[in-house]
This record gives sequence, structure tokens and C-alpha cells, in this order.
Amino acid sequence: MKLIFERSRPGRGNDILPPLDVPAAPLPEEYRRKAPPRLPEIGESDLSRHYQALSRRAFGVCDGFYPLGSCTMKYNPKLGEEMASLPGFTGIHPLQPIQTILGCQKVITQAEYLLCEVTGMDAMTFQPAAGAHGEFTGLLLIKAYHHSRGDTGRTVILVPDSAHGTNPASAAMAGFTVKNIPSTPEGLVDLEALKAACGPDTAGLMLTNPNTVGLFERDILDITAIVHEAGGLVYYDGANLNAIMGVARPGDMGFDVCHLNLHKTFATPHGGGGPGSGPVGVKEFLIPFLPGSALGGYGGEQSIGQVRAFHANFLVVVRALAYLLRLGNAGIAEAAHTAVLNANYLKQKLEEAGYTAAFPGLCMHEFVLTLEGLKKETGVSALDAAKAMLDAGIHPPTMYFPLIVHEALMFEPTETETPDTLDEAAAVLAEILRRAKENPEALHAAPVTTVIGRPDETAAARRPVVRYAFPEG
Amino acid sequence: MGGYLPAAEAERAAQYAALGLDGPTGLYRDVPDSVYLKEPLHMPEPKSELEVRRILEGLAEQNVRFRTILRGAGAYDHYIPAAVSRIAAKEAFVTAYTPYQAEISQGVLQSIFEFQTMICELTGLDAANASVYDGASAAAEAVAMCKERKRTRAVIAAAAHPDVIATIQTYCFGSGTEVVLAPVKDGVTDLTGLLDDATACVYIQHPNFFGQLEDLRGFAEAAHAAGAKLIAGVNPATLGVLESPGACGADIAVGEGQPLGLPLAWGGPYLGFMAAAQPLMRRLPGRIVGETTDSRGERAFVLTMQAREQHIRREKASSNVCSNEALCALTASIYLSLMGRSGLRQVGEQSHAKAHYLAEELCQIPGVSLRYPGPFFHEFVTDLPQPRKVLSALEEQGILGGWVLGDGLLWCATEKQTKEQLDEAVSIVKEVLGK
Amino acid sequence: MNIPDELRYTKSHEWLKEEDGIYTVGLTDFAQHALGDIVFVNLPQEGDPLTAGEALGDVESVKAVSDVISPVSGVVKAVNEELLDNPALVNEDPYGAWLVQVEEVSDEEELLDAAAYEAHCAGEEG
Repeated sequence: MKLIFERSRPGRGNDILPPLDVPAAPLPEEYRRKAPPRLPEIGESDLSRHYQALSRRAFGVCDGFYPLGSCTMKYNPKLGEEMASLPGFTGIHPLQPIQTILGCQKVITQAEYLLCEVTGMDAMTFQPAAGAHGEFTGLLLIKAYHHSRGDTGRTVILVPDSAHGTNPASAAMAGFTVKNIPSTPEGLVDLEALKAACGPDTAGLMLTNPNTVGLFERDILDITAIVHEAGGLVYYDGANLNAIMGVARPGDMGFDVCHLNLHKTFATPHGGGGPGSGPVGVKEFLIPFLPGSALGGYGGEQSIGQVRAFHANFLVVVRALAYLLRLGNAGIAEAAHTAVLNANYLKQKLEEAGYTAAFPGLCMHEFVLTLEGLKKETGVSALDAAKAMLDAGIHPPTMYFPLIVHEALMFEPTETETPDTLDEAAAVLAEILRRAKENPEALHAAPVTTVIGRPDETAAARRPVVRYAFPEG
Repeated sequence: MGGYLPAAEAERAAQYAALGLDGPTGLYRDVPDSVYLKEPLHMPEPKSELEVRRILEGLAEQNVRFRTILRGAGAYDHYIPAAVSRIAAKEAFVTAYTPYQAEISQGVLQSIFEFQTMICELTGLDAANASVYDGASAAAEAVAMCKERKRTRAVIAAAAHPDVIATIQTYCFGSGTEVVLAPVKDGVTDLTGLLDDATACVYIQHPNFFGQLEDLRGFAEAAHAAGAKLIAGVNPATLGVLESPGACGADIAVGEGQPLGLPLAWGGPYLGFMAAAQPLMRRLPGRIVGETTDSRGERAFVLTMQAREQHIRREKASSNVCSNEALCALTASIYLSLMGRSGLRQVGEQSHAKAHYLAEELCQIPGVSLRYPGPFFHEFVTDLPQPRKVLSALEEQGILGGWVLGDGLLWCATEKQTKEQLDEAVSIVKEVLGK
Repeated sequence: MNIPDELRYTKSHEWLKEEDGIYTVGLTDFAQHALGDIVFVNLPQEGDPLTAGEALGDVESVKAVSDVISPVSGVVKAVNEELLDNPALVNEDPYGAWLVQVEEVSDEEELLDAAAYEAHCAGEEG
């Protein structure tokens, strides 16, 4: 389809603003723009159709099953959207006087109370705009804590080899060296390797629990104790909290600092990549280091400073608060139970269909299949299977993650799916397996029903075209 | 009750039975008994949608909405055309994940490609990313892009937004980059004697925090003479009128995209944008969409240059950014398309004109004067007696006045305020100071 | 598999050629084949010090990145700028598409001759 620039015609446009009602003010010539930005010239009706066409070429949770592992693509309640567009929230300047923002403050304090209760933490900052931003913030808190004690030799962050890429990347940004901890064949943290890696240079350990292969680290109390005994702190990556909210709390497991992904666990939408919100919760001893704000005040002498302008991705917090209030104590636990139930139900169906789970037995909210055997047998890869799912109107699971599983497909069905949807998905995947064995070539060619076929990613990366080239003249 | 579980209780019971379980307890056998919660969380019982709506509407009503906002300082009250929020609210845009699966995500990918193109056009640079969290984190990421083995110092204009400076400092605390603040002289930045062969970059905000126009061209020359990069922090609403940072010689331009159709929303979500000249393209953090062809030879869009990113490069990645502000970027694209090149120019010209009208009228009042002599865009600082008393009087009339800076106020005007609104504010200030 | 006799090799699949005190480094045919389509090459700058056994840069494919290990310690004399525009050369002509030239060489990694390298590759493939 055409780009919006290709729909543009000279002289088209919209009268949005009234004529200027004060005297014109000349801008000094040396600052004035010589060539105008080539923004589209397009009427509102054409613009409306352009974006409608784009939205038809997008795939949201509203379009179908979205079992994208580690992304928690649960249904995004529309109540949140309406509450986040209330003028009493959207029309508030971030630097208004305190007596005029009581509502905003109560949203934050209520969300803080509820999320601290869910996580077992004592305080929370809402500055971080996403999970990775929260990781960076949390690691700086750990760094500031050690520095405040004169303990500047703690320069190593331990990260399991199954971790999300953001974990080691955040640690590096915060100035730490990363040491990887291997997993056991069962997919859990190797306690002996952890003990061996801990020492006077240990600043902390980053961990998701359930971990990235969908298993609960049953030795979690030993893990946090080992790190604490070495003088390090333990960071909880909240990516997988959906499995255990209302069931168990990171704060009770020995974690000192954690981030949450409001855009995963607390049902705020992903928006095609963002905005998210990654609040960071801490135990009491870390409160003095929490971020402050240059113009908004607060943040004590030991604060790490600030990680963004102003206060929070506030409207995302509004949506999350609406969700938390709707679910309440019983609803939160029931959501977690059902997320885990659905994952196990789908896992069992797929194993019955002939797929191989990377780790046997019960899983938490997600599980990983390995298609290594299928690939050896038929040449059909995890990528091929994923692409074939596109033709069935299902968003594929996460592919090739975690890195410790070959030909991995990671499924996270979430709690907002019916057994019918899971049964249908299992049937689609059973059919894909049958075709892989009978006619592997057809799967290499998938997808065939989508608006484009497989794109040439090599050409895109070798000679990047990252903007439209306007015709000359 | 209270949740969004679509399956009936009996259906879930059947699922448990299929797994050989009689309920949720069996799912959590790996959770140590000592941390398994025996009691419900200490939080309210589930509520109906109507009850939650009442609670949140009640909270929204406890905020005060000003009918006239003459405060900017990093967040700007521009007019948002009706089509912008309506179109951006399409459910497929709102509920999609990052477009990993290109075949079913062409709409999101193309919208990002269009956004990148618009940002390149505004900034006069070659490549842009799909967005980062906000203008402050964009500035901090830009500083990180410039660090080299022998160049580890960043020179940051003290005339930049205080939140931006503080955010850069926080990121630099992480990375061990030295930050030097360039002083303010007569309201603009003075780089004299600050640049040397250890300087990685210079960050200049233009217009700066005080609304003053900076000499971007001169700073670009100075930075390049020292072998450093120039990062320009710009306000996109000015770029229909002000010369682009690329044309002035900036290597990187970043900024806060909130003025492009995003509500004030008590500070977020906003939109950090980043653009760079060609040689720095592969140092840009975050998602970047590229054009290619598909297996049928048709035009297609994909996430590209992914080997820069954290999910591949892990601890060697230059940034950890993963989620961004894609929906805000889409909103900005719709805004820029709807306003078009003449509309964005009008926003700039009218904001500039109204700020100058407001400044002129305020300075007619005895005791009120401009603090700085140089040209400004749509924000300016006046010195005046009793700024807090002035603000209180304005607030009583539903007007949010300027931001307090010592014995003065940092004012802002945009196309949104009418002459009558500006005149009303001036007359209130006059009345307070006349007493 | 092309393994020229006149070059020396590392176990991490770099090749090394010495001429008049200038050491030229590239990636082997085995390496480019294992990496798949190379989309970008990150190279050091002229004058950068290199340490034998440590990364001198990396090569990117669409979904992976791999370090290039320096076979020698020394100082970068030149980098092959052509690869920045056309990284595909590493796939097309691995022994022509050199990455860096090094001078002031003070130390070498353990290097293999062609026969030993061929045996090493056969072991990795096994």
C-alpha cells in the first residue's frame, strides 16, 4: 500500500487553526528555516482511510490468540482506556501546584499501595517508563546502596544464562560487569555454580521467578540467601509475575528490589511497542536511594537522581489502577491461577499432539517447546511452524528464546482465553505437525495468506532504508 | 467476579480435571510452603466496572483543570485536533505488541517508517529510531551514543531543562561518563574553554529552558573543531519555523514529542524522538524499521539492524531499551500528517507571536521586565515582584501562570490561547502588582 | 571448504597473513559459512591497540552477533572500509575481504597451519 507521503498532493490539507489574533512577530532571519519539512499534504478523509488501512494490517489482542511467551498478551480492558482519557487526568500539566493535583497523587499512592501489597515491597517509584527502564533504575539503586556503604568493589551482576537480553544490557548500562550463571538440565539456576560465582565483587543477582522457561525456582530461598551471604542484593525481574500474583510475593522470597511491567501483568495495552510502565519496588532500606525529580521536588540526598522527565507514564498507571481495583484480592489470585491453568492445559494438548516440551511436567504461566527433533527429521524449523500459524490467524509464540533451548517456541496463553481458543490452537498446531511430516516444502513457503510473504531481512540490514526517499524536484 | 476471565467456572473445573488436578493448589507445588500465601492479599474485594468507574472519575474530579495554561517548562498545551486521538485509539494499534512478525504487522511497521521519515524531515537528519521513553531519556541515550574510548566527557548546557540534565547525570552515573555543565551567560550557553580532545559531545537545548534561541551553528562548529559531536535538544513544534538542527550542523537531534498531539497527562506517557546523521545511524538505540522486499518482490517493512539491540547483543548492547512509546509515535505521525507542513508552520508562528504579545503586554506593567536580552521563541522569563502572589491570583481565575524561577516567572504561550485569554491574564497580573 | 595453505589460522576461525611486519586479519570460509549472511562489520579505528585473544570487533548477521578475536597484539594500521558499505564481501570472498591490518605486533595467539586448521574444523563440524 501507499505511504502517506505518496498520498500527499500539493495544496491539500486541513484548516485546523483560526487566523492569528495578535500582531505577527518576525523571527530573526538567521534562525528561520530555509526548506520546510516535507510533511504530508492530505485531507482528513484520506488520512482517515490511510490509518484504517494500516490498522487492518496490524494484529492486536483484539484480532486473535496471541500466545507470545514472556509478553503476557492478556486482554486489555476498555474501562482502562476510558479512564485514561478522562479530561481530569489528560488535561493536567505536570508542574501544577500540589493542591490542584490531589487526584493524580491519589492514583499514584493507591497504585503504590496495591502493587507493594502484591509484591511484598515497601515503596515504589513510578518514574520508569518500561521494564528495561525499571531494570536500569533498580540496578542503579543497588549501585548507590553499595557506594553509600563505601563498598565500591562490588562490580559484578549475576544473570542466569536463560535471562532476557535486557538484564545483561541494563547491568552493563549501570556500569556493572555481567557474569552468567548456567542453568541445570532441569532449567533451574545451578546452585553450585551460583555459590562459586558469588564473592566480594558480587553486587547482586537478577532473576525472574517463574524463570524464562516457565518454571518456578523451587530453591528460591536458598538462592536469595546465597547472594545475601555474599553481600549482594537480589533483583526481581517482574516479567513473569502474572503466574504468581496473589499466590506468592517476591518480597517474601528474599528479593530486595523489583520492577513490574504494568503493560504485561496489569493489563495495560502494548500499543505496538509502548508506552509501558515499569515501576520499581524496594525494601525499606533502599528507600533513601529512590529517584527524585529536579522540578518536582522530593528525592533525598542519597537519591540516584531521576531517570526521565516529570513523574511517570501516568495514564498507564491509571489503566493499571482500574484493573487492580476491578480484580481485587480474589481476582488477582484467580487471574494467576487461570494463567497457569491455561498454560498447562495447552502444554498437555500439544504434547498429546506430538510436540516435545523442553522441560517436562507442570509449568507456570508459560512453557517452551523444542522443535529440534522435528527439524532434524523434516527440515521444518521453529520459524517455519511459527509462520504457518500466521496463516491460521494465530500470533506465533516467541521464537528462539530462551537461548538455552534449541528451536524454541515459547507459549504464554494468559488467563483471558477460553478452553475453546486453546483447543483450536492445539488443533492448528497438530495440523502443522502433520503437514511438516508430509509436505515440509509447503511450510517453508508459509505464510501464504498474509499481506506480504516473508521479508528479506538480510537486504534490509545490509543496506538500511530507514526513511522515505522523496522524488527529486 | 471482578476479573476478565472468559471461561465459566465449570469450564475451568474441567480443565483442572483434564490435568488430573482438583484445583489451583496443585499447580504451585514448587512454591516453598513458607512463601505460599495462606490468606488473601490485604487489598479491596473485587469490584464491578461501574464501581471502579465511579472511583476513578471521582479521583479525576479532585484535580483542577486550568482553562488557560501559560506554563510550559517541558510540557506544552497545544491544540489536539479531533482526528488525532480518535484515529490513534483504533484497537489493533492499541493492543498490538512490538511488530516482531512482519507478515501480520505491516500496518504498525509502516506507521513507524512514516514516523521515522517525519522525524528526519523535522530534524534535517538521515535516520531516526522508532522512539524512546521521553525527551530526557532520549538526551541521555544520545550522550551514550557519542562516548568513545578516548572521549569520555559530556558537556551539557546548564540552560537545558533541569529534568533533562538530571536524567543525563543519572545515566552517566551508570556508565561512568564525566558530565561538565556549560554555564549560562545572559540566558544562553557559554562554551568558552570547555571543549578538548576528551570531549565526546556537547548537548545544547534550542530553544533552551528559558525559551531563548541558541547559536546552534556556532556550537556545531566549536564541537566539531574539538572533534566532538553536537547533540541538539529541540522542540518539534518549533521546527516548522526554526532552522532544522541538521542544517545547523548537529550530529544528533533529540527531543520531547509531546507537543505533537499528546495530552499533558501529568507528565506522561510522552515521546522521546532521536535522529542522527548517517555515520551515527548504527549507534541509535531501540527499534528501527527498514524497507525491504518480500518473497513476492513487493515492498515490505521489517525491524532492522537488530544486532545492535539487547536481545541479541546482551551485555555488549549500547542500550537496554526494549519497549518504547510506539503508540505515542503513531499519535505524533497522525498529528503531523493532519496539520501538514502549513499547519505545523502556523503552530510555530502563532505560538511565537502570542508569546511575544504576552511578553510585550506584561512588560507594560511597572516592575515587570524581560530577564534576558536575546531572541526567544514561545517561552520567556520575566522578573517581577511577588511571583507567587501573582500565580495565586491567576490560579483563582482558572489560569495556570508561569513557572517560578527565582524572582521571576517562565511563561509560555501557544496557538491555543486567544488574545482575550492573554489579555485577561495580563490584567490580573497588573491588578496584583498595582496594589 | 577453502583453506589456503599460505595462511595461518586461529581456533576461533580468523586467518592471518604476515608481510613485511604487517599482519592482515580476516574471517575464514568456515566462519562466514557458519555465520550466514553477514549484514554489518564493526571494526576498530586506526591506531587502536589490539590484544591477542581479545575481540577486535564483531560481525553481525540478521539475528546474531559474533566477536572477531584478534590473533595478535599490536596496533591497528588500517581497516577495510569497503566492508562498511558492502559486508557481503566477507561471504563472497572471505580471503580477499580482510578486516584489519596490524603493525607493531608484539604477541601472537596459538596459531594453526592449514592442515591443523582443517582438522580443527572437521572436529567442530562432527
